Amino acid sequence: MSDLSFVIELTILVLAAFLGFEVISKVPTMLHTPLMSGTNFIHGIVIVGAIVILGFADDTFTKAVGFVAMVLATANVVGGWFVTDRMLEMFKRRPDPKRDDT
Amino acid sequence: MISDPDVIGLLYLVAIVCFVLALRFLSSPKQARRGNWLGGVGMLVAITTTLLIEGISNWALIVVAAAIGSVIGFIGARKVKMTAMPQMVALFNGVGGGAAALVALAEFHELDGVLVWDEALSIALSALIGSISFSGSLVAFAKLQELVSGRPIVFSGQNVVNVLVLGGAAALGVAVVAGLEAQWAIAALIVLALVFGVMFVLPIGGADMPVVISLLNAVTGLAASATGFVLDSTVLIVAGMLVGASGTLLTMLMAKAMNRSIANVLFGAFGQVQAGVGQVRADDGRTVRATSADDVAVQLSFARKVVVVPGYGMAVAQAQHDVRQLADLLEERGVDVKYAIHPVAGRMPGHMNVLLAEANVPYTQLYEMDDINSEFPQTDVALVIGANDVTNPAARSDTSSPIYGMPILDVDRSASIIVMKRSMNPGFAGIDNDLYLDEKTTMLFGDAKESVLKLISAVKTA
Repeated sequence: MSDLSFVIELTILVLAAFLGFEVISKVPTMLHTPLMSGTNFIHGIVIVGAIVILGFADDTFTKAVGFVAMVLATANVVGGWFVTDRMLEMFKRRPDPKRDDT
Repeated sequence: MISDPDVIGLLYLVAIVCFVLALRFLSSPKQARRGNWLGGVGMLVAITTTLLIEGISNWALIVVAAAIGSVIGFIGARKVKMTAMPQMVALFNGVGGGAAALVALAEFHELDGVLVWDEALSIALSALIGSISFSGSLVAFAKLQELVSGRPIVFSGQNVVNVLVLGGAAALGVAVVAGLEAQWAIAALIVLALVFGVMFVLPIGGADMPVVISLLNAVTGLAASATGFVLDSTVLIVAGMLVGASGTLLTMLMAKAMNRSIANVLFGAFGQVQAGVGQVRADDGRTVRATSADDVAVQLSFARKVVVVPGYGMAVAQAQHDVRQLADLLEERGVDVKYAIHPVAGRMPGHMNVLLAEANVPYTQLYEMDDINSEFPQTDVALVIGANDVTNPAARSDTSSPIYGMPILDVDRSASIIVMKRSMNPGFAGIDNDLYLDEKTTMLFGDAKESVLKLISAVKTA
């Protein structure tokens, strides 16, 4: 792992906050539920932390904690992605009022 | 195996770009799905990169844990009903927050004795926020799933207890940052934070769940971000903060849609059953008029313009598919049909849009509150299906009403109103609806699905 200074990390954090607000404010109300489950998926990125902990663990305590973290994070990533995909698939249908699926 | 931190950093940058683009693509329904795929690619890059970091071992454990998590996540995602989406999101918030707290706990254990203040701060924050998100989300899940009452659960001195619990956790955090490197301290911090999470969500009523879910979403993102500080990982910091920003924005939007401050939502215990409100209304001579499906069918068939106002009641009855069928029939007869969607219809932001999309209602027929409100005066029939508080005119006129000031759909301005409802029970906010006593309003009692099916057959013969 690289050793970034605390201040640089803080700078990245603040810039990411501004970027986040910019990008998210363009998402229409209609897509707010998929947005929420999509961001739900993205915070599954904590899986990276779980891998590092479990992958470098050398005592039982850390292994146990890392294992549980890994299970939770994987469920978060996999579940979050599939449920978002399922939802967005429904939105992709063409917005033509002449429907043929009755 | 990758050992160069620059290579790792660059690959993480690729993942970050994918995540940002994924959110960017969500600004249009056509591209949104592609965006999610891109997000998936970003996640794969991040995971693969991490797995390839030199020195990673315990492969058996990693594979087993990943397999268990994948099965749980996959089955959950496939099985969940769209009506249960808020619970699902709450649950995923919880597991994400839980994972962040556990990572902090393990890292504290690993770094025992060699902790610098900024590392200690990150660990304390990650443990604190992650734990609050975990237990808070589980309570939100239990409330939405109706495992516990959706009504606020309150006791006297609640806010004092909450402050003490959070204060205790914060004090432990400060101690850890100041150099107290005892395992018990971080464990106690986590326990207190877990208690706080429970206490914090319990008093919040079901009607306010859209705000709570959004807030927990933000909190979980911040927990992931804090974990990024712990592990010096840019991808965690940025991705976590993107989620934090998204959740914060949605929280503010939801609170605004209910005309309440976020503080009022969190600490107001809104939705306790109001004593006395019901009696006052029953005495003023106006009565509720019930009608039959046949009458409604005639009214609808000969209307020029119908606005459907769907609420959570429709979703609970799983009536969205039948509602669309009814709308199709009416359109075939030349009736102009639109749907009016209140921002807090359903149990989470945008929930009603998903439910109607599931029923193949084209999103071009869905109108947001601000766009449809000007059309109610030209509307012949407003068909309210399982919606309540978002149509209550008291929000406009009655300063004593708990929902006074909340923007509502002005259904009472249409020529006639038909309310489909199971019974006269008050809505989630626990207050009566003046709309039902309006002389233009008729009520069609019964399960939403059954009523709509009756309407469909009646319209066919009308």
